Amino acid sequence: MSQKVSLKPLSKTAIDVPFSGIRRFFDIAAKMTDVISLGVGEPDFATPWSIREAAIYSLEHGQTTYTSNYGLLELRKEIAKYLKTRYEVQYDPEVEVLVTVGVSEGLDLAMRVLLNPGDEVLIPEPCYVSYRPCVSLAGGVPVGVETTSENHFAVTVEQLKAACTERTKAILLGYPSNPTGGILNREQVTDIVNFALERGLYIVSDEIYDRLTYDGMHACVASVPGARDITILLNGFSKAYAMTGWRIAYACAPENILRLMMKLHSYTMLCAPITGQIAALEALKHGESAVLDMVAHYRQRRRLIVDGLNKLGLDCHMPAGAFYAFPSIKSTGLTSEEFAERLLMEEQVAVVPGTAFGAGGDGHIRCSYATSIEKLEIALARMQRFVENLQKRERK
Amino acid sequence: MLRLKGFSRFNVTFENNIFVTCEHFTGKKIGCHYAKLSRMTNQPPDEILTILARDSRTSHETIAKMTGRTLDDVSKSIQQYETDGVIKKYSTVIDWEKASNEIVVAFIDVRVAPARDVGFDAVAGRIARFAQVKSVWLVSGGTDLRVVVEAPSLRELASFVSEKLATLDGVTATTSHFLLKRYKEDGALFFESDQDQRLVVSP
Repeated sequence: MSQKVSLKPLSKTAIDVPFSGIRRFFDIAAKMTDVISLGVGEPDFATPWSIREAAIYSLEHGQTTYTSNYGLLELRKEIAKYLKTRYEVQYDPEVEVLVTVGVSEGLDLAMRVLLNPGDEVLIPEPCYVSYRPCVSLAGGVPVGVETTSENHFAVTVEQLKAACTERTKAILLGYPSNPTGGILNREQVTDIVNFALERGLYIVSDEIYDRLTYDGMHACVASVPGARDITILLNGFSKAYAMTGWRIAYACAPENILRLMMKLHSYTMLCAPITGQIAALEALKHGESAVLDMVAHYRQRRRLIVDGLNKLGLDCHMPAGAFYAFPSIKSTGLTSEEFAERLLMEEQVAVVPGTAFGAGGDGHIRCSYATSIEKLEIALARMQRFVENLQKRERK
Repeated sequence: MLRLKGFSRFNVTFENNIFVTCEHFTGKKIGCHYAKLSRMTNQPPDEILTILARDSRTSHETIAKMTGRTLDDVSKSIQQYETDGVIKKYSTVIDWEKASNEIVVAFIDVRVAPARDVGFDAVAGRIARFAQVKSVWLVSGGTDLRVVVEAPSLRELASFVSEKLATLDGVTATTSHFLLKRYKEDGALFFESDQDQRLVVSP
C-alpha cells in the first residue's frame, strides 16, 4: 500500500523563519534533573484563587459559548476603564478594544494589518523572541536596532534615526523589556513618539510588563500627546495577574486600525476563549491587591539577584521592570551560548543565552527572578562555584 | 454603625489607633483597649516584618539583599523589634498528621462575666497562662473569648476544660469545638504541593 508519493515542498516562508534559540536549551534542560531554572519567562505564582474561582463558577453555569469577535463587552469596558484611570488614555470599548489570544496574537495581527511586502519595522534589540518572526511572517522586514547596557537597554531617537529608511513603516517597542528588564521613561517615550510623528511611522507597543516596574510608574506610550492615533497598544493579563496559560490579552488602537485587526481575528481566531475572558474580567475588577503583593515579591528578589550577580563579577544593571536580570558575562571570556550550556551541564542552573534575543544579546544571559528566594540563593551559590571554577581553570 | 452584642453603648475613636470603648448593658464601663479592629496605621508594614512573617528562617544577610538595606541596619531593626515585643516568637507550621503525631486541638468559646475596671483582661490572663492554651482572643458575637487548646489526648483535653477552664471564676459557659482536619494554617495549604509546574525554559 505504501506508494511513494512525491509531495511538493512546504511553505518557504515557514521553513525560512528560524526556530527560537530558546528551544535548544529547553530540550537539554527538560531532560535533566535537579535543575534550578532561571530560564522561565512566566510568574512562579499560580493565578490568584479569586480569578480561578470566577472561571470555575462560569463553567458550572454553562458559560461556554463564543463571544463577540471583539471579546466580551463587559471585559472591554473594564479594560478601557483601566487604561483611563491608570494612564489617562481613552479608548472606545465598542470599537477600539480587541480581546486577543495573548499579546502574541495581538502582535501578529498588528503586523499583518500594518505591513505591505518589504515594509521595514524598527525593533530595539535585545527583544522578545517573536518580534522578528512576526514581522517576517507578515511580509515585512525586521530591522534590529541594537541597544546597550550603558543605556540600560533603552533605545534612543538617534539610534532609531540611524536605522530609519524610506521603507520604514513602524517601530515595535517592548518596554518594560523581556529580556533586559529595561524601561523607557516618559521623556524617552515622548522623544520617540515625536520622531514617529515627524516621519509618519506607526508604533506598536507591547506593554505586557506594565505593572511590573519597581522605580515608579510605567510610561504608557499611548498616553503621550499625539501618540494615541499612531499607536497599537498591546497588553494582557499574563504577567501582572500570573495568567500566562489563560492566553488572554488585548489590543487597543484607533477604530480604522482596530477594525482591520478584528476582521483578521474573526477569520483566524473567531474569539478568545470565554473562560479566560471571564477570568480576566475578575482580575481587573478584584485583582489589584494580588498584583501589588506579587510586585512586592519581585522587587525583593530583584535586589537579591542583582546584588548576587554583581558580586560574582557578572556586571548587571538594576533592571527597572519585568522580572529579568540581564547580566554581562564578558568577564568570563565565554560566549553567552557557551556560558549557558556549561552552567547547565556543570551546575544544573538554566539561564537563557542573550543571543536568543537578537543584536546586543551576545555577552549577556537572561536570568528570570520569577522564582522563590530559596531557589535564587541556591542558583547564585551554584553560579558562584561555576565562575570560580572557570577562573581556576584559566589560571592553570 | 458597629454593633457589639451585650453592650448597650460604645464608641469608636479614630486617631492613629482604633480603640473601642464599651459600656456593658449592666452599666459597667469596660475599657476595651485590646479591641483593636484593624491595622493601626495606613503605612505599609516594614518589609523586614513581612519577610519574616512569610519565612522566619530568612537570614539577616538575605533580608538585607532583599530590602536593599545594610546588614547592620537589618540586624539592629530586628533586635529592636524583638526587644519591643513586636516580634513575639519564631515558629514553624507543622502538619502533625503527616509527622504521625497525634495532637488533639479544640477551639473553645468561653462566655465570661466581665469584672469592674479590668473587663475581660483578668479572666483572659488566667486562661492564657495555662501551657495547654495556644491562643486566646477576645471576639465579638455570642461569646466573649475564643481559646485554642492543644493536648496529647482527648482525655487530657476534656479534663482540662472541665476541671480548669470551666471552673474559673468569671467563666459562665464553655462550648468546645474539636478540630477534625486542617486545610490551611498560617497561610499554608495542607492539601496541595507547591511543585513548580512550569516549563524549565520558556520565552
